[in-house]
Amino acid sequence: MNKKDFPLMFERSKEGRTSYSLPELDIPDFDLDADIESNYIRTTPANLPEVSELDIMRHYTGLSNRNYGVDSGFYPLGSCTMKYNPKMNEDVARFDGFSHIHPYQETESVQGAMEMMYDLQSSLKEITGMHEVSLQSAAGAHGEWTALMMIRAFHEANGDTNRTNVIVPDSAHGTNPASATVAGFKAITVKTNENGLVDLDDLKRVVDEKTAALMLTNPNTLGLFETEIIEMAEIIHEAGGKLYYDGANLNAIMGYARPGDMGFDAVHLNLHKTFTGPHGGGGPGSGPVGVSEELAAYLPKPLLTKKEEKYVFEYDRPSSIGRVKPYYGNFGINLRAYTYIRTMGAEGLKKASEYAVLNANYMMRKLQKEYDLPYDQHCKHEFVLSGKRQKKLGVRTLDIAKRLLDFGYHPPTIYFPLNVEEAMMVEPTETESKETLDAFIDSMLAIAKEVDFNPEIVQEAPHNTIVNRMDETLAARKPVLKYQK
Amino acid sequence: MEFRYLPMTDSDKQEMLATIGVDSTEELFADIPEQIRFRGSLNLKKPANEAQLKKELADMANKNVNLKTHASFLGAGVYDHYIPSVVDHVISRSEFYTAYTPYQPEISQGELQAIFEFQTMISELTGLPVANSSMYDGGTSLAEAVNLSAAHTKRKKILVSKAVHPESRAVIETYARGPELEIVDIDCEDGYTNLQQLADAIDENTASVVVQYPNFFGQIEPLEKINELVKSQTKTMLITSSNPLSLGYLTPPGEFGADIVVGDTQVFGIPAQFGGPHCGYFATTDKLMRKVPGRLVGQTVDEDGVRGFVLTLQAREQHIRRDKATSNICSNQALNALASSVAMSSIGKHGLRKMAVLNMKKARYMKQKLKETGLRVVHEGMFFNELVVDIGSNVSEINKQLLNKGFIGGYDLEVNYPELKNHMLIAVTESRTKEEIDIFVKELGDLHE
Repeated sequence: MNKKDFPLMFERSKEGRTSYSLPELDIPDFDLDADIESNYIRTTPANLPEVSELDIMRHYTGLSNRNYGVDSGFYPLGSCTMKYNPKMNEDVARFDGFSHIHPYQETESVQGAMEMMYDLQSSLKEITGMHEVSLQSAAGAHGEWTALMMIRAFHEANGDTNRTNVIVPDSAHGTNPASATVAGFKAITVKTNENGLVDLDDLKRVVDEKTAALMLTNPNTLGLFETEIIEMAEIIHEAGGKLYYDGANLNAIMGYARPGDMGFDAVHLNLHKTFTGPHGGGGPGSGPVGVSEELAAYLPKPLLTKKEEKYVFEYDRPSSIGRVKPYYGNFGINLRAYTYIRTMGAEGLKKASEYAVLNANYMMRKLQKEYDLPYDQHCKHEFVLSGKRQKKLGVRTLDIAKRLLDFGYHPPTIYFPLNVEEAMMVEPTETESKETLDAFIDSMLAIAKEVDFNPEIVQEAPHNTIVNRMDETLAARKPVLKYQK
Repeated sequence: MEFRYLPMTDSDKQEMLATIGVDSTEELFADIPEQIRFRGSLNLKKPANEAQLKKELADMANKNVNLKTHASFLGAGVYDHYIPSVVDHVISRSEFYTAYTPYQPEISQGELQAIFEFQTMISELTGLPVANSSMYDGGTSLAEAVNLSAAHTKRKKILVSKAVHPESRAVIETYARGPELEIVDIDCEDGYTNLQQLADAIDENTASVVVQYPNFFGQIEPLEKINELVKSQTKTMLITSSNPLSLGYLTPPGEFGADIVVGDTQVFGIPAQFGGPHCGYFATTDKLMRKVPGRLVGQTVDEDGVRGFVLTLQAREQHIRRDKATSNICSNQALNALASSVAMSSIGKHGLRKMAVLNMKKARYMKQKLKETGLRVVHEGMFFNELVVDIGSNVSEINKQLLNKGFIGGYDLEVNYPELKNHMLIAVTESRTKEEIDIFVKELGDLHE
């Protein structure tokens, strides 16, 4: 161990130290080892830590101090919608009657939980303009795949078994083509035109009788609204395909436009983005799926419905794609989203989108003075800059991102979307104040000046973090994936 | 109307609009074609203030019978174990729960190291060298394992024991439709996977064999024999789904030769919360390391030689490989993996075995009491903390009556196994006291008569 290393929990371990609190055996003892064949009894115990309770708290408090969240500071990570995570939602999710209920209890004993789920489904239907919603999918990518499986089932039910292709824009999230593959489709790329939108001519070229679906984010990953969405829907529908909406960017348009009205047949939502579920350092999320009336029969089962004033799980759904997850989805995250929707209402959600878009446009206009803006037009909730100008001076976008760490910020998403050179994707969200935006803008402009006059300070960043840049090549070449003494 | 999560003032807004060069925010939405512009007002409930909404949600929560008000003998994949207080204190630290996936290692060492420790603990429990950072849950983790086995062996046939959790089997079925795999069910006999049927079904086209250990009925499958059968075919893989608590006492599947071990760490520090979010784990061999779905954290050093951690081997993943990725998983269950790590640290090396043993002993006490009451405990042989009892009448009806007596009864097996009419799957964790078991058995006996 280097003296600057932060010890692993295992390195704090000392033989004989404990922090468990287990009940005493209150029944007559039982000779267990006589009941289990000896080769099924573990000979070496799993090497879990032997630490005190205070050791645990110090360890994880130390680790938390080596981590950065939205509550630590500004987090303009494009495409991730790092908005404030309301504390009330956390409190509500910890109510015993929500937190400590078992999925297999008699449904009459969990009507309150089912009421919340039903009400959330109704709210999401209204916000997206879709006919029916299922809360079963666990996260965004899971929702994408769920919807594609439904589209697949729909085509198969129509005897349309040659629809093997799913069209994905070149600017799409990596999960889109990956989900298409997992669902058994071939991902076909459609190009972006000079305005940053799906190239309609290219779309017409790749659409054919093999097209199962087009996956689209709107606004797209450049933060631009796909203005020709009506024409795109026509092209896809005329070819017999379905239109799928990736809800990653819904935060831009709540109350302004609805995927259902745009002609989308299926959508997924990221409740951990738009609806304030905390990201948790990578999850858990929740990825509900909404569909048109035509696709409703294929939703995962069971579907939560209401019959004679009672909430029930409906299993008798013969066309359903089946289960995509055990139980009923990530209830705890759904509950947080529900609490947020109830806090905001229609007016609040629309205002959230209004300010998300206002903030992004404001920052974009301020930053374009020093950074290339490949698509110079009003954006929605996020925008993409290019570090081309700085690259010519020997400073890469990665360096700029690392330099932002010194200023106390989480950097924007970098090198995505793939169709912008040296991309920086900035999403401020609506929960940030003008002062926060201004301070970040000042830092970005200051870094641009550094690139001009003192590039080394940017190239060698970060300077103020607890560790410097990591040797990622070493990590991949000689993988060490667990602690070894 | 004021919205406390929206900090912009009117004067901020005016200044910003001037910078952008527009008169109103409406102009920023002018690119949305009028034809699809939503001009109405969303039909949602009116916004509620904090106190009012909290009260309303508390009322909603109070409509639910819960594991704190009732003694539960319900398991079937989700268990009522004690959660140490430290767990919630750690995961409530907002540097953890308000962070994104640790893409910037310099300011994410806390999360990365916590995941690295989680991977280590899972590896220790399962007896396999490689564990990932988490999956959505045990069911989807199992389905991903199945798909990996097919991709790796380039075979389509999968044998799945009917003693695997029915909902996990349902998830496997759905996932298998993408790569068009053939799922073959292997029946159970006396609570165990029918080994003869398994031996007959396995052939050179079999990608993998899937069993649960301990299985859905609580029985401890003879993994040693099963692995021998599986390995009689070259390349065929053994996949097991395991309750990780049981591995505190039982020989880990990795030691028997399992190629992939998955399951759910809900038993460690994660509340039942109506079935999710829980936390899937995924462990495998060195050979399959570069095909693992999801995030992996690896150890490395920074420019000054200080130890640190990064997301690694990312060439497997969707954001790099797109349609060639080994899985589409992006978000996982990081915060719940953290909760389980804290719980596993708290339970510790010796506590783990002790806890597993408590579960097993109490389940055996339950078995004895049921027998004394004249109820038929259906299976013999080795079991963990769950057992099947024939209660002689409809399980759901009995459970409704038990609710009034302060109990959440066991799982109704007839739902998934029509042949197991009136059969209840009972789970006994360390949380259940002798008194609760005694009264529960008496109530069951009375209702039976």
